[in-house]
Amino acid sequence: MNKVTDEAHVIEHPFLNISHIDMVFPTDNGGFTALKEVDLQIKKGEFISLIGHSGCGKSTVLNIVAGLYQATTGGILLKNKEVNEPGPERAVVFQNHSLLPWLTAYQNVELAVKQVFAKTMSKGEMKEWIEYNLKLVHMDHAMHKRPDEISGGMKQRVGIARALAMQPEVLLMDEPFGALDALTRAHMQDSLMEIQNELNNTVIMITHDVDEAVLLSDRIVMMTNGPEATIGEILDVNLERPRSRLSLAKDIEYNRLRSEVLTFLYEKQRKVENITSKKTTVKPQSTQSVKEA
Amino acid sequence: MSITTVNMGDISMSEKILQKAKRLLNKMANVLLLPVFGITLFLFLWAIAAQNINTSLGEFPGPTAVVEQFSALYDEHNTERDKAVAFYERQEVRNARKLAKNPDYVVKIRAYTGKETFIDQIFTSLITVTSGFLVAAVIAIPLGIWMGLSKRLNSALNPMIQIFKPVSPLAWLPLVTMVVSALYVSDDPMMSKSFLTSMITVSLCSLWPMVINTSIGVSSIDSDLLNVSKVLRLSTITHIKKIVLPASIPMIFTGMRLSFGVAWMVLIAAEMLAQNPGLGKFVWDEFQNGSSDSLARIMAAVVVIGFIGFLLDRAMLQLQRKVSWDKSSVSV
Ligand SMILES: Nc1ncnc2c1ncn2[C@@H]1O[C@H](COP(=O)(O)OP(=O)(O)OP(=O)(O)O)[C@@H](O)[C@H]1O
Ligand SMILES: [Mg+2]
Repeated sequence: MNKVTDEAHVIEHPFLNISHIDMVFPTDNGGFTALKEVDLQIKKGEFISLIGHSGCGKSTVLNIVAGLYQATTGGILLKNKEVNEPGPERAVVFQNHSLLPWLTAYQNVELAVKQVFAKTMSKGEMKEWIEYNLKLVHMDHAMHKRPDEISGGMKQRVGIARALAMQPEVLLMDEPFGALDALTRAHMQDSLMEIQNELNNTVIMITHDVDEAVLLSDRIVMMTNGPEATIGEILDVNLERPRSRLSLAKDIEYNRLRSEVLTFLYEKQRKVENITSKKTTVKPQSTQSVKEA
Repeated sequence: MSITTVNMGDISMSEKILQKAKRLLNKMANVLLLPVFGITLFLFLWAIAAQNINTSLGEFPGPTAVVEQFSALYDEHNTERDKAVAFYERQEVRNARKLAKNPDYVVKIRAYTGKETFIDQIFTSLITVTSGFLVAAVIAIPLGIWMGLSKRLNSALNPMIQIFKPVSPLAWLPLVTMVVSALYVSDDPMMSKSFLTSMITVSLCSLWPMVINTSIGVSSIDSDLLNVSKVLRLSTITHIKKIVLPASIPMIFTGMRLSFGVAWMVLIAAEMLAQNPGLGKFVWDEFQNGSSDSLARIMAAVVVIGFIGFLLDRAMLQLQRKVSWDKSSVSV
C-alpha cells in the first residue's frame, strides 16, 4: 500500500499540480468545507482515476481543475502556470454528455473546433479534424444526427469526441460512463483505452466503478468521505498495456489492486448513509456505524 | 383442450379486428363526430335562446340572422369596391377632358374616401395587431434575454413588470391617447393617431408575457450547457447566439404565443375606444347605430374575431414547430 506521503509520489516538475486545495462553500449556516488540503501532482500522459463515495467532493476537485470553481485556498498549476478560469486546454466530459440538443453530433464538435482552431486551421482542415475525432469514437456513421436521435452511449461518445477535438492538455471526465448500462460501459472503456493508446492524453477521470478505475488508470486516487474530504490513499496501477478485461479477470495483480480499492471504500471509508436526512445523526445500530473522520 | 384453444384463438382473432375497428371509430368520433355534434348542439341552443331574448333592438340574432349578415356584409364590400372603381373612372374621364381643353392643367388625383367595409376593417385590425405585437417583440425579447443573463437586472425590473402586467388596456388607453396627441404632431402624418394609439396600447399589454417567458427561459438554461460555453470560452455574442438563443427558443415562443393572444384581445378594446377603423370600431359603430341588424352584425364580428384569433394562434404554433428543436415543448 502506497501512502500519500510516500517518496515515490513526489514528482519533481509535475505537468499538472493540484496544490494544497481547500474548498469552502458558503451556505446559509456558515461555510461548508467540502475539501481540505487536497494535494496531487500529475505527470504528462498519466491517467488518473478519482474514486470515493458519493458527495465526498470528486466533482468539486474536477471543477476546480476545470476552472469552473475557484478554490478557497491553494490553486492549480498547469505547466507551472496558475489557472483560475475555464479554458479549452482543460476540456471536460460532463456526466450527462451535455451536448447542445439543437445541434447534430458534427455541429457539436464543430462548435468546439471552431472556437479552438479558428486561427490555425482552414475550413477543410477543420472538417477533416472533426470527422477524424468522430471516427475515433466510432461515431462517423451518425455524424449528422441530433442528440435526441442517438443512444446514451453514442451521446457520451460525441461528448468525448468534442473534448478530444479541442486537443486539450488535460482531459477531465466526470463519471463519463456513469449513466450507461454495463455492456455499453465496457464497450466505452475499451474505446477509451484504444484512444488513450493512440493519443496518450493526460486524464483525470471520476468514477464509482472499481473495475473501471483499475482497468483504465495509471494511478487511482481514493478520497475520504466529506466534509473536509481529502486524498486518503493513492494506488499505483502497474499493469501492462494494452490491457484486456478478459485476461485481467484472472490476473493476480489486478485482483489485488481491485481488493485494495474495495477495502478502502468499504472498510476504511465505510459510508453510513442515512437515507432520510444527512443532518440527523446516525443511530448506532451496530458496529457498522463506524465512520472515519 | 386442444379444441378450446383453437376456438380461443379464433375468438381472439376476431376480437382483435373488432377492437381495431372500435379504436378507429373512437378516433373518428374524437376528431370529427364529437366536434360536429358539439357545434350543432350549440347552434341549436343558441337558436332557441335567441328567440326568447328580446332586446330594445329586437330579437337577439340567431344563427340564421348572423349568416344573412355575413353575406350582406360581403355584398356591401363588393358594392363599395365597385363604387370606388367607378369613382376613379369618372375622375380619369374628367381629368382627360380637362387636359384636352387646357394642356397646362396639372392632373389632380383625389383618393376615394368611401366607407370602410367590414373586410377592410378586418385587414386594418390585422395590420394594427401585428405592428403592435412586433414592436413589443422587438423590445421584449432582447430585454428578456438581458434579464435572464443578469440576475441584478432581473431583481431590479421584476417588481415593475409584475405590477404592469395585470394592467388592463383600458387603463393605458387614455394616457397613450394623450401622449400620442401631444408628441405625434405632423402635417403629413404617416399613420393616423388612432392607429398609433391602438398599436401602442397593444404593445404595452403584450410586452409582459414575452419579457417574462424569455427571461425565465434564459435563466433556466441547463448549467451544464453554460459550463460547456465557459470551457470553450465563447465570447458573449457567440454565447448568446449559439447557446442562449437556441436554448430558450421554446420558452420565447411560448411567450410570443401568449402575447399574440393578449394582443388580439386588447386590440378590439383599443380600437373601440381609439376609433381605429378596425373590428373594434365596427362593433362600436354597430352598437351606436342601433338598427335592427346591428346585433346580428356584431355577432358576425364576434365569430370573425374568434376565428381570426384561433388562426393566429395556429400560425404561431406552426412557426414554433418550425424553429423549435424541442418538439415536446410544442403542444396545443
Ligand atoms: N455549489 C455548491 N454549494 C454548496 N455545497 C456544494 C456545492 N457543490 C457541492 N457542494 C457540496 O460539496 C460536497 C461535495 O460535492 P461533489 O459534487 O463534489 O461530490 P461528488 O463526490 O462529486 O459526489 P457524486 O459522486 O455524488 O457526484 C457535497 O457535500 C455537496 O453537497
Ligand atoms: Mg459528482
